[in-house]
Amino acid sequence: MNNRKTTPYALVLPAWVWLALFFVVPIGGMLSLSLTTGNVVTGFQQTFEVGNYATAVSSYWEQILRSLFYGGCATLVCIAVGYPVAYWIAFRGGENKSTYLLLILLPFFVSFVLRTISWRFFLSDNGMLLGTLKDIGLLPEGLTVLNSAPAVILGLAYNFVPFMILPIYAVLERMDPHMVEAAHDLYSDRIRAFTKVILPVSLPGVFAGVLMTFIPTSADYVNASVLGGAYNTMVGNVIRTEYLVNNDYPIAASITFVLMGLLLIGIFSYARALGTEKVMEVHA
Amino acid sequence: MNHRSRAHLDPALVRGLTTARRGPLISRRRTLRAGGAAAAALALSACGVQGQRREPVAVEDYWADKERTGRLRWANWPLYMDPEHTQITQFTEATGTEVEYKEDVHEAPTFFGQIQPQLANGDDIGYDLMVLTNGFQLSKLMELSYLAPLDHTRLPAFAESAGESYRNASYDPGNEYTVPYASGITGIAYNPEFVDRQITSLQDLWDPAFAGKVGMFADVQEIANFGLLANGVTPADSTKEDWEAAADRLREQRDSGVVRSYYEQDYIQPLTNGDLWITMAWSGDIYQQNATAGTDLRFVIPDEGATLWTDNLMIPYTSKAPVDAIEMMNFLYEPEIAAGLTEYIAYISPVPRAKEILTDWAGSEDDGERAEALREMAESHLVFPTEEEYQKLHNYVTLETAEQEEFSALFQAVTQS
Amino acid sequence: MSVDVGTPKAGTSPGAGRGRTRRRADWGRYYTWAVLAWLFAPIIFMIVFSFNDPAGRHNITWQGFTLKWYQNAFAHAELNEAMFNSVTIALLTMVIAGVLGTLLGMALGRFGFRGKQLTNLVMFAAISAPEVVLGAALLSTFLMMNVTTGYWTTVIAHVMFCVSFVAITVRARVITLDPRLEEAARDLGAGPWTTFRLVTLPMLFPGIMAGGMLAFALSIDDYIITSFVSGDVTTFPLWIWGATRVGIPPQVNVMGTLLFSVGLILAVVNIVMARRRRRG
Repeated sequence: MNNRKTTPYALVLPAWVWLALFFVVPIGGMLSLSLTTGNVVTGFQQTFEVGNYATAVSSYWEQILRSLFYGGCATLVCIAVGYPVAYWIAFRGGENKSTYLLLILLPFFVSFVLRTISWRFFLSDNGMLLGTLKDIGLLPEGLTVLNSAPAVILGLAYNFVPFMILPIYAVLERMDPHMVEAAHDLYSDRIRAFTKVILPVSLPGVFAGVLMTFIPTSADYVNASVLGGAYNTMVGNVIRTEYLVNNDYPIAASITFVLMGLLLIGIFSYARALGTEKVMEVHA
Repeated sequence: MNHRSRAHLDPALVRGLTTARRGPLISRRRTLRAGGAAAAALALSACGVQGQRREPVAVEDYWADKERTGRLRWANWPLYMDPEHTQITQFTEATGTEVEYKEDVHEAPTFFGQIQPQLANGDDIGYDLMVLTNGFQLSKLMELSYLAPLDHTRLPAFAESAGESYRNASYDPGNEYTVPYASGITGIAYNPEFVDRQITSLQDLWDPAFAGKVGMFADVQEIANFGLLANGVTPADSTKEDWEAAADRLREQRDSGVVRSYYEQDYIQPLTNGDLWITMAWSGDIYQQNATAGTDLRFVIPDEGATLWTDNLMIPYTSKAPVDAIEMMNFLYEPEIAAGLTEYIAYISPVPRAKEILTDWAGSEDDGERAEALREMAESHLVFPTEEEYQKLHNYVTLETAEQEEFSALFQAVTQS
Repeated sequence: MSVDVGTPKAGTSPGAGRGRTRRRADWGRYYTWAVLAWLFAPIIFMIVFSFNDPAGRHNITWQGFTLKWYQNAFAHAELNEAMFNSVTIALLTMVIAGVLGTLLGMALGRFGFRGKQLTNLVMFAAISAPEVVLGAALLSTFLMMNVTTGYWTTVIAHVMFCVSFVAITVRARVITLDPRLEEAARDLGAGPWTTFRLVTLPMLFPGIMAGGMLAFALSIDDYIITSFVSGDVTTFPLWIWGATRVGIPPQVNVMGTLLFSVGLILAVVNIVMARRRRRG
């Protein structure tokens, strides 16, 4: 029946159009803007100026590398924090599994910006947390956390850890309990049972989690603005400044493209190493 | 056709431009039909972003057909008038004009980024009157001819009451487009709870004794001024070499580990709780914080000098109520009104007589607390600097858009790392 | 930080047998609770300080208990407007992205068609692209197209990044549906539209709701993309960002607390319903 054949196209068409117009085309638009020259007063002319990329990279390579580094650190923190939690909820959450999951998601009903700003309160030199710990002598008097790299990384990890917990949980939860049982019978010590059986099965979840945390954390600018200091500018901050403060659109678009290119290369080599299907399947 | 479509581009491309302007959706749909995303990107690349300068308009021509509308929309910085909007109520009582007051100006550059495309299109930006600080964005607005030229015959109170320092500023000679709303000093503030000596010099901001406890401003112009002054250079006369030297000086400060962070405007809270001991600061913020939170923060104009900035009233050329707007400008120069405004905002009034009026009010006030507050304010050097102090205050560097990029890049390399 | 650094494995000694299971589970529990404490710390701070009576503009030191911010929670006209914008944008996003995403998810879950791989790829890209890139790309295009950014450009952007999330949620549901139910409906003489309305849609409903809620949540919380494309429109996160510069008024804590309570209520209802379903 002809109708049957056209149905899927009719279904996908609206979303296709939307994504094409407001996702695919804008990426092209940004590419074209990155190849212009000029300023707000004279306008920006299409000169196919490839030099913008050279300027962007030579001025901001440090911020780009730092962003990838912070993103990487935050992702590791997310794994360290998120894996055990996902593991525990999946295998020991029992009746309350969904309650625990909701508890993990609940803080995210409060605005991202507001949550991040709250950390300033906890991390300030003489604030409730650090001040108290310093007073009872647990921390050295001169220690600063706010406006430093650890503060930014902790902020990033804080904001994105659910994106690590959920995919790992999803994979572990689907595991056949008999398989876990069998693993424990097979290997006498629990660590080997874990590394030989559970960990390999859960890896796709970890991989998906890494994608979902590494990409947004390395491109974030809110945490660096709120919790960072004199040396913690990330590439997101630069992009924002170039677009919204300097109105230097060609350079802004160039840096954005470089960032996107780097992340894409990362994603695709990652996907290739693991097999595309696997990553996309769990991710999706 | 207007100025914009005469742009720089060859005729085939101009056609692309005009389609784009007629309606984005139509043009996008058409390009899409023409062959998918790649083609669309190519079609886009024919556009660029158009030049947006307008031809300046003579004062008489601009005002010739303008009439009072009875409705004024005003954009200002947050907390720049008391929450009851006393001055606006007084204005409405005096003129009958209703005012819609919006605290929409949070950051000059983003505000500029928001209104610029609309002004380029000749569209209403939703405001008839706005307040912006002298600086890059104001220069750009003037350079692009986006501001209505002021008809000074409609500003008698300004002529009568404005202080000498507030006429004919270097950034707007002859007050062609702007009149001051309030001014402030960028100087040094410190918290005596943590700093046990008198701060007198810019060099104190470089002192390793305050390692990790010094705050600097992220705004390129503000921080550049301090770098220049620390090197003994007057900002307004500075050359490119001076900028480079100043940037080096600031970089050295950063690399010595003295600077905790580069702040946008949120330095008061860290200064109060001890995260910062000493910082670049705005006079009115410190005055207000001491007055409302009972803190004992100190503000100093360093020996090397400090900067005086001015928030200015201006009318976008697309204003729907320029007559009402200029009436408001004039109204704010009535000394009584200016004094009332100053009482709340605690920044420097462009009307020197406000000082006398505040003192008079203090004398006739029954409420002892308010009388005390008024007297304190009238005597405060933060709100009414002395002649001697004015001598130490400098204006910003005034730059054309083309120079601004170089200047920004130089100092952002310091603050954005 | 408040995070307990021990991992669940840390509690096991080599050779620990099954008898130790109970103890191990406890370590995992402590760890999970520690992580939850970490996640909730800023929320608790926000709620507590919505009852604070601060001197001056900075609501960060405890001065005394008051309910006055709840009494005049809506005293800041600007904040109310921002909240109103946020909510209406989120609702519009929920509806538009909900419809587009549901259709897309149904097609992906049920049909094979040309361009399916490409669709998956684009969706994957739209989900994984950093917000800064999405915001910057849209702004670039709006600039070049001479589009004035504002309310509708924000809605466009939000729908764009939410639609894939909805599609994925709905697809997951479609895949689990038993096609025999629809067949049965058809055998009983229902037309395709009736089948869809009376059988497919109700079965898909939980997936659609979940997708819609997700879209709503993503939209109302978005800061980065919105900051690029919102023009003169202020949303709740944008307003808070602006207010940090002069001191966040306690009303923001109040509104945050109210939003959080809505989430809490939804969660509790969800849990209770799930329990009841399990028992019944």
